[in-house]
Amino acid sequence: MALNSKLAKENNVQVREMIEQKQKSRSFLTIFEKIIPILLFLFATLSIITTIGIIYTLLIETIHFFSAVPIWDFFSGTNLKPLSQNPEFGVLPLLNGTIISSLIAMLVAGPIGLMAAIYLSEYASDKVRRILKPLLEVLAGIPTIVYGFFAFTFVTPVIRSIWPDVAATNILSPGIVMGVMIIPMIASLSEDAMNAVPNSIREGALAMGATKLESTFKIVIPAALSGIISSFVLGISRAIGETMIVTIASGSSKNFTFDITQSMQTMTAYIVEVAGGEAPAGSTIYYSLYAVAMTLFVFTLIMNLLARYISRKFREEY
Amino acid sequence: MSLSVAKEKTNFKMDTSVVRPTAMHENRKIVFDTKDLNLWYGSTHALKDINLSVYEKEVTAIIGPSGCGKSTYLKTLNRMVELVPSVHTSGIITYNGREILSKNFKVEELRTSVGMVFQKPNPFPKSIYDNIAYGPRIHGIRNKKILDEIVEKSLRGAFIWDEVKDRLKENAYGLSGGQQQRLCIARTLAIEPDVILMDEPTSALDPKSTHKIEDLIQELKQDYSIIIVTHNMQQAARISDRTAFFLNGEVVEYDKTDTIFTNPSDRRTEDYISGRFG
Repeated sequence: MALNSKLAKENNVQVREMIEQKQKSRSFLTIFEKIIPILLFLFATLSIITTIGIIYTLLIETIHFFSAVPIWDFFSGTNLKPLSQNPEFGVLPLLNGTIISSLIAMLVAGPIGLMAAIYLSEYASDKVRRILKPLLEVLAGIPTIVYGFFAFTFVTPVIRSIWPDVAATNILSPGIVMGVMIIPMIASLSEDAMNAVPNSIREGALAMGATKLESTFKIVIPAALSGIISSFVLGISRAIGETMIVTIASGSSKNFTFDITQSMQTMTAYIVEVAGGEAPAGSTIYYSLYAVAMTLFVFTLIMNLLARYISRKFREEY
Repeated sequence: MSLSVAKEKTNFKMDTSVVRPTAMHENRKIVFDTKDLNLWYGSTHALKDINLSVYEKEVTAIIGPSGCGKSTYLKTLNRMVELVPSVHTSGIITYNGREILSKNFKVEELRTSVGMVFQKPNPFPKSIYDNIAYGPRIHGIRNKKILDEIVEKSLRGAFIWDEVKDRLKENAYGLSGGQQQRLCIARTLAIEPDVILMDEPTSALDPKSTHKIEDLIQELKQDYSIIIVTHNMQQAARISDRTAFFLNGEVVEYDKTDTIFTNPSDRRTEDYISGRFG
């Protein structure tokens, strides 16, 4: 007993000495402790600072553009002829191309993505889900240039063999392929939303004699609606921002038309075309890039804000 | 209970027009008749040779320690147990004379007349009104006036009408736990079932809400047959007419509640209700 307490005492002394030694070097540590959060803060704000920088550049160059082209002509002009003798800079053909291609994409991706989500969340067994969901998500990992190529060399010829009126470059084919690209995003996000609906609520519906279909469509989907809608809006903003597929498969004619068999250009494809061409810095056509990019930015920003608003507004609490 | 029965006997002196409660028990119709029911979750034998008759317009309590199979048995009665993919059963359960475990029996039809209230209140994330109207709607009632009537009647039936009548359009999740549970009972009443299964309906509630639900159960048994699983033995003694004691997937004893609590025939029942285990 006495030996034990003696040992403990010896140990204690040692531990204390070590702690004291450590505390002497604390001053160095405190500096370290203070610097780290500042560094972390910088990293956290890096992307925000970059965004602010981008907006700033866009804004300055857009102002340059609007000093050469009246703002009204830009937003109401149906002619886009940047390279002609008398250049015209109407953005409507591009807006039209963007909206129509996104619409086609959503007509494909919306229903298919939602059905896939319903199957995965409500019907698939665990085993099937474990195989299917990752496979579906692989689709999201395919580079968009591959999709573009696929649209141009496969989907367009198939469409043309059924519907000969369709032009070699048209908005329909890239629209459909963009839809295919977006399906996994909508399916995955909607499935997450439906999975988050507690099982007890499904059981409540089934216990009242509801069929599986009735519990899915009248209980689970309404409960997951905010997540489903925001997945749709995110899908739309993805379609709006999509570049490669439309650049490759829709050509570059700046038609203002609603005929989906014809070639149209989207805002993104215009930027690719002009930036890839020889637009001398300082020329109006060079500045038009920024004006279009700014329009695109505002467009997607509105979409993302809408998605946030919807997911808050329609949240059914459970 | 036994006390009041004794009183009645002495007061009415065998008036022929008054049927003695004990005699009534025996004459009651059997709602659920279980014969040699066995149930497995995968290879786990969860229910073993269950034989049990549940009588009409009584409260039947099922008690027993955790994992004894009482909830499983309850969920077999409306076939909710089938939501677990690995379940298989043998034996017969008849509901009003019809064999419910056969594949021919439409499970939706069964659940329409055998309602269920769960352990944790599970209202739908909808308005109070829509929670009640959901059942009638899926069974084809669309008329707004009729729905209004059903909603009021069901909420009154669950003694919650006065608390919610001014906020029928508000989300059900704004209600307290006890109110939510009574809403779930009202939701079950809306499709006018025959039997109500209750799976520990008060275990997530405070004593006051529990008391209200117990009162409600006493009222409901005038019109419905109620089967209640409970962890709370005092509750079983307070509200039930018959009690089944489950242990390790078997029915150890099933009798009138008075008998079970005052004069059990099995040693294990006595040990359990006196708190010696479980």
